[in-house]
Amino acid sequence: MMKDARGSVLSPQEPASPQALAAAVSEAASAGTAVRFAGGRTKLAWGSPVPGALEISTKGLTTIHEHNAGDLTAVVDAGVTLAELRAEAGSAGQMLALDPPLGEGDEATLGGIVATGDSGPLRHRYGSARDLVVGMTVALSDGTLAKTGGKVIKNVAGYDISKLFTGAYGTLGAILGVSVRLHPLSPTTATAVGRSDDPGLIGSTAAGLSHAQVELQSLDVRWEANAGAVLARFGGASAAEPARDAAGAMGEQGLETEVSEDDGELWDSQRAGQRSSAGTVVRVSGLQTQIPELLRTARTLGARVVGRAGLGLFWVTLPSESNAAEGVESLRRAMAPSPCVVLDAPEEVRGAVDVWTAPDPATLVLMRRVKERFDPAGVCAPGLYVGGL
Amino acid sequence: MSSDIAGLAADLRSICGDEHVLTHRHQLRTYESDGLLQYAAMPGVVALPADGAEVQRVVRACHEAGVAFVARGSGSGLSGGAMPVEGGCVIALSRLRRILEVDLDNQRVTVEPGVTNIAVSDAVGPGHFYPPDPSSQIVCSIGGNVAENSGGAHCFKYGFTTNYVTGLEVVLPDGELVRLGAKHLDTPGYDLVGAFVGSEGTLGVATSITVRVVPSPQATRTLVAFFDSTSEAGSVVSAVVAEGIVAGAMEMMDNLSIRAAEGATKAGYPQDAGAALVIELDGSESECAARFDQVVALCEEGGAWKVRVASDEAERALIWKTRKAAFAAMGRIAPNYYVQDSVIPRTKMAAVLEQIEELALEYDLKVANVFHAGDGNLHPLVCYDGSKEGEPERAEELAGLIVKACVDAGGSITGEHGVGVDKKRYMPQMFGDDDLATFQRLRCAFDPAGLANPGKVMPTPRLCGEVPGPYREHPLEAAGLAERM
Repeated sequence: MMKDARGSVLSPQEPASPQALAAAVSEAASAGTAVRFAGGRTKLAWGSPVPGALEISTKGLTTIHEHNAGDLTAVVDAGVTLAELRAEAGSAGQMLALDPPLGEGDEATLGGIVATGDSGPLRHRYGSARDLVVGMTVALSDGTLAKTGGKVIKNVAGYDISKLFTGAYGTLGAILGVSVRLHPLSPTTATAVGRSDDPGLIGSTAAGLSHAQVELQSLDVRWEANAGAVLARFGGASAAEPARDAAGAMGEQGLETEVSEDDGELWDSQRAGQRSSAGTVVRVSGLQTQIPELLRTARTLGARVVGRAGLGLFWVTLPSESNAAEGVESLRRAMAPSPCVVLDAPEEVRGAVDVWTAPDPATLVLMRRVKERFDPAGVCAPGLYVGGL
Repeated sequence: MSSDIAGLAADLRSICGDEHVLTHRHQLRTYESDGLLQYAAMPGVVALPADGAEVQRVVRACHEAGVAFVARGSGSGLSGGAMPVEGGCVIALSRLRRILEVDLDNQRVTVEPGVTNIAVSDAVGPGHFYPPDPSSQIVCSIGGNVAENSGGAHCFKYGFTTNYVTGLEVVLPDGELVRLGAKHLDTPGYDLVGAFVGSEGTLGVATSITVRVVPSPQATRTLVAFFDSTSEAGSVVSAVVAEGIVAGAMEMMDNLSIRAAEGATKAGYPQDAGAALVIELDGSESECAARFDQVVALCEEGGAWKVRVASDEAERALIWKTRKAAFAAMGRIAPNYYVQDSVIPRTKMAAVLEQIEELALEYDLKVANVFHAGDGNLHPLVCYDGSKEGEPERAEELAGLIVKACVDAGGSITGEHGVGVDKKRYMPQMFGDDDLATFQRLRCAFDPAGLANPGKVMPTPRLCGEVPGPYREHPLEAAGLAERM
């Protein structure tokens, strides 16, 4: 039995092979038991709660099967941490260009990052998990083990099921392993920072850089304690030179500027700004032209913002001492129609708002049809996802 | 014309107008193939709707009549993906040519599906551009690019259509209109844009497409280097990658393709070269300059006996013209050819090319190789003479063995042309029954009646089982332990 007498979960399962994991899922499905898939457990609170779900962990799947340095690809189990893959790829001067926050002990796994579609500042240049995953192995609730895509970076054979599972929070089935595209590490990096407390100036400076004929690795904004910044990171053989040029241009706009060639901490801090242990984090899927309005709203709400200026993706942290539920709604009104999804949040906030923004009714119907085809038993994290999927 | 089709044609005329519905045999013949002329089927009716609303009504009419339909853009595809269903309906999207919105501030362009690929870059140039650039970009449509997830010469660095489409309006095969994605990234819910792009017209018809455009590179440097052999040129490609250089494009031609292309363009390529390697770098002025010198040195160290650097835009254009002429120029080598689109891990290039050469000898046929070397996407052109007894069959068999060699090396049956009708028989080489059945789940979610471009992609026809019914109450809900919002 997987449940005790009160219907709550006994110990999480940690199958040691893809076959065992698929079997565990189908066994739960036969028993009508809801399941949740977990990796490093760094983002388990995201989404709507799934009470009483059996937790099936990918932590028993921890092999880096292939690192094809010459082909810039790797094939890894879902339970491999990004930190582990980073070390492996780094030994060949390569990286997986995904840099979301990894949790306090760097526990975030590939499976979890892909399942939540989490991303970091490198997304500006390299895209997100949906762009970097070239193949996937999945387990469905009827015990099917299937692979999709391949392990070459260019491939259009068959449907792109990997994209369907990326960001699906395990509601279609479990991600057991991924093939990913790697990129060369930049020999040098340098960041131009421009500071101002004027949201309009931050917005126009970021827009200028986003549209400039320069190749940026990352382009972020930040707003905290009534002060803002634009951060433009360059990578390459000689990153300092274009960074100085960018800083010069920001200075002409009236921002206070600096150039950092030892810029690791600056970007750690941007990533860290996407999470909060006590506050409420809202991810805004916006547009780059919304930056001034977003920063003004953040100022009013006493909130912190970090985000990708050129992509229109922002993480807004509402402070724990505020009425965060009301803050979420204010933010949604100010950013409409841009979807605002609550990620980290205290229980009471989570209970008071819809953490998701539901899509159009017709689109939701189609999503439900997809869910029903992949998880006909309806046991993969039921109710966790958008619109109660 | 069957009575079903006659009834449907009458409905379509009331939707699109008489002049935009074709039923005469001589008119229909234009539509019997796409760019892959080996495959043909005669449609029963062709409708040319004027806009998205008409497309929706046309699809609904097909659905009500139970008639299969195939959406068609410019018809330049190379896998038979837009080949009609015999006696079915073709929905030609060539009248949907409006650019609906250019929102340069947010780097988005929204277009109708019949807009050509090049028109998107033209709408935002010269400051910005739309990176996916199939060789046919002057004629091919964005709708077709979405169906095939088209790539191009620059996709090693910039990615494919799927990396640039952020939103779609799609008419589902039952005539329902849905919005997938938006201008925004990461819209909540399943990535149905990602699932739709590359689905080869089997999930519905896109009527509006929103794509991301990016700033044009500040500088572009292009060279072509000549080697004795493709293996030497291949080693240089590996050396460039090993240096951490992400080239905008790396394209290779073997001796046969060089001779064919040179005959067509007179670009001055040495006809005795074993391989020509085109390398293009783009990016910031300083980065480009530093890296370009490195690339020239790597070519020379790697055995290039001649390196031609484009000194101006005209010379760059000539280098590309010669590369892009290779397919069309094959007529100079043989009356007919099969083009394959297999992908291999780049490090297996020398071994696979050697295998192809051995197979060509064994089959006594010529195989020319033109390929995107950066991402290992080979385009072996199997040359044959269709008028010679047994030669087409021999060529087809050889083409199949080349595909197998690529899959065995860890690659794919298709990198950018799509599966269509041409490569569906190879699908089982890459995917097992469970994998194919999993693909079918997506198909059934979108098109349970199987009316959208049936007979493509999947190796054997499959029906969708019963829809599992309305969403059932979960035991946890029944027990009051969980609820859906």
